[in-house]
Amino acid sequence: MLPEVPRVDPATEDHWLTRPVTVRRLWWLLGAVLLLTVLAQFAIPVKGKFPLEGTFAFGAWYGFVCCVAMVLAARVLGWWLKRPETYYDATDNGGEEGGDA
Amino acid sequence: MPDFLPPAVWLLAGAVAVAMTRGGLRSVILLLTPLATLWAAWQVPDGVVLTATYLEHAAELVEGSPVRRLFATIFCIMAFVGGLYAYRTASGTELAAALAYAAGAVGVCFAGDLLVLFLYWEVMAIFSTVVVFCGATGRARAAGIRYAVIHFLGGVILMVGIESVMVGTGSVDIRALSANNLGTWMVLIGLLVNAAAPPLSAWLADAYPEASPTGSVFLSAFTTKTAVLTLILLFPGEPVLIGVGLFMVFYGIIYALLENDARRILAYSIVNQVGFMVTAVGIGTETALNGAAAHAFAHIIYKALLFMSAGVVVYRTGLNRCSDLGGLFRTMPLTCVCGIIGALAISSFPLTSGFTTKTLISEGAAEQGMAAVYYLLAAASAGVFLHAGIKFPWFVFFQKDSGLRPKDAPWNMGLAMVLFAAACIGLGIYPDPLYALLPYPEDADFYTPGKVLFYLQLLLFSGLAFFLMLPLMRRTLTLSLDVDWLWRRALPVAWYAVADGLVAIRDKARKDLAAARRVLGDWFAEHWGGEGLFARSWPISTTALWIAALLAAYVLVYYL
Repeated sequence: MLPEVPRVDPATEDHWLTRPVTVRRLWWLLGAVLLLTVLAQFAIPVKGKFPLEGTFAFGAWYGFVCCVAMVLAARVLGWWLKRPETYYDATDNGGEEGGDA
Repeated sequence: MPDFLPPAVWLLAGAVAVAMTRGGLRSVILLLTPLATLWAAWQVPDGVVLTATYLEHAAELVEGSPVRRLFATIFCIMAFVGGLYAYRTASGTELAAALAYAAGAVGVCFAGDLLVLFLYWEVMAIFSTVVVFCGATGRARAAGIRYAVIHFLGGVILMVGIESVMVGTGSVDIRALSANNLGTWMVLIGLLVNAAAPPLSAWLADAYPEASPTGSVFLSAFTTKTAVLTLILLFPGEPVLIGVGLFMVFYGIIYALLENDARRILAYSIVNQVGFMVTAVGIGTETALNGAAAHAFAHIIYKALLFMSAGVVVYRTGLNRCSDLGGLFRTMPLTCVCGIIGALAISSFPLTSGFTTKTLISEGAAEQGMAAVYYLLAAASAGVFLHAGIKFPWFVFFQKDSGLRPKDAPWNMGLAMVLFAAACIGLGIYPDPLYALLPYPEDADFYTPGKVLFYLQLLLFSGLAFFLMLPLMRRTLTLSLDVDWLWRRALPVAWYAVADGLVAIRDKARKDLAAARRVLGDWFAEHWGGEGLFARSWPISTTALWIAALLAAYVLVYYL
C-alpha cells in the first residue's frame, strides 16, 4: 500500500537554494574551489610512485577525463543494454500473471 | 561442556525468540541479541576453541582470529543498528529472518573448517531469501526465487569444491588455498557467487531493491562481506581476483550510471565497492589485506546508511524511481544530510571512513608497483563519486522539484542513520581504533597534504564532470540487460517457442489421426459394418459348405 504523500505545485514553490541567482553563485563557488585545489599544487607537492602522478594537477585532469570517459561509455552501452521497464514482466511471471508494480 | 556458546547461536536463539514474541518484548530481544553476540564474539580467543564430533568428523565449530573478530564485530553492530532502524515498521518475519541471516554471517566468521562454513553459508542463503520475500510484492517474490536459485547453485558449487578439497588433501581446515585444481576452483567460484562477481553479478541488483525499505538495509551488509572475509581467509594473493575485482568495480559504475531506481543504484555500487575489496585480496600483501578488511568494515556502515536514507524515502513516498523523486531536501533534511554523509564516505572523501580505508587498497597496489591497478583504482574512485557520491543524493534530494513534501524519518530510523553517519565521520577523523582491529599491524596516516590534495582534486573534478554532463544522464524509464537475460528472457522465450512447436505438432498429429480414423473407419464400416462382407450374417448352408471345404483341404494336406 502506498503512503499518502503531501504534494504541492512545484511551479508556485520558491526556495532560496533553487533560485537562479543562488545556482549561479554555487557555480562560481565550485569554480573557485576547483581553481584553489589546482593552485594549491604550487604550494603542496603531490608525490606519487608512478610517472603520470608527477604531472601537474594529476588528480584534477585524471578525475575529469576518467569521469567523462565513463559517462560516455555508459551512454554507448546504454543504447545496447537499455530496455523498457516492463521488458521482463511477461517472462518473469511465467507469462501468466502480471507483477505488482 | 564448553565455557561459551558459538556466538552465532546467540543470534539464532534471538531469531527464534523474535519470531515467537510481539510488541515491546520483541523489540527488546531484537536489540539486545546483537549486543550479546558482540560480547560473545569478543570472548573468542585465537585458534580453534570449540570442536564437536559428527559422523567421525571432528567439526571445528569456533575458531578465532583478529580478522574474524573484526567482521563479526561489524556484523553485530549492523544487526543492532539495522534492528533499531527496522523494528517499528518491519514485519516479525522479516526481523526474525534478518537476525537468523546475521547469525549465518557471524557463524561464517568463526567457522573453523569448510564444512561448518558451508552450514552457515546456507543459513545465510535461506534467511536472506526470506528477507527478500518480505518485500511482499509479486516482483519481490519473483526476484526472491531467482535469488534463491543462484545462491543454492553457488552453495552446490562450493560443496562440490569442499568435497574435492577434502578428498584431495584429507583436510577441511580453513587455510590459504590456491586455485590450481578443479576442487579449489570450485571453492573459489562458490565464494565469488556470493561476492556478486561476474558473470553472476545480476542477482544483487535484481533482488536487493525489491526487498522492503528495511530489508534492503540488512541485505546490503552480510552476504557480500562474508564472501570477502572467506576470500581473505582462503585465497589471499590469488592473482585472478585482481582482474575479477577490477571488472566488478567498473561494472558497478557503468550499471549504476544507467540506472533509474534509487536503491538499484546503491545495489550496483555494492558490486563496485566489493570489487575494490576483491582486488585487494588479489593483491594479497599485508597492507592490501588490511585494506580489504578495513574497507569492508567501513563499507557496511556507509552502505547501510545510504540504504537507510533511500529506505526512508521509499517508506515515506512509496516511490523508487529517481525520475519520480527530487527536491526532497526541503522536508527531509535529516535523511538528506545522512544520505550525503554516506555518499561522501563511499566516495572516500577526506574526513570520512572511505578515505581512511579505501586508500589502504590503493597503497597496497602502489607498494607492489602495480601501476595499471593503481591507475584503474584511482579512475574507479572518481567513478564512485560520480555514480553514488553525487548521482544518488542529487537525483533523490535535489534536481527538479517533484512537488513531493513527505515527512522526514521516524525517530528510530533517524537515530539509526545518525549513529552510522557519526561512525562514517568518526572513522574518517580517527581511524586508529579500526586500524587496531586489523589482521596486520597498521600505522598508515593518509592525512598528508599531498594525499588530501590529490583526492580533493580527483573528487571535485569528478563532480564538475557530473554537472557538465548532466544532459547525458537523463533518467529513462528503463532497465539494463545483464547476464540474467539468459534465464529471464532467452530461456523462457526459447522454452515457449519449443512448447508452441510441440503444441503445433500435437495439433497436426491429432488432425492427421482424425483423418486417418475417418478413412479407416469408412473402410471398417464397409467391411465390418452391419452389411459388410465380414459382419453380415451368413446362411448356415454356406457355413457348412466352408467347413466341409476346409476339412477337405486339411485332410489333403495331412496325407501329402
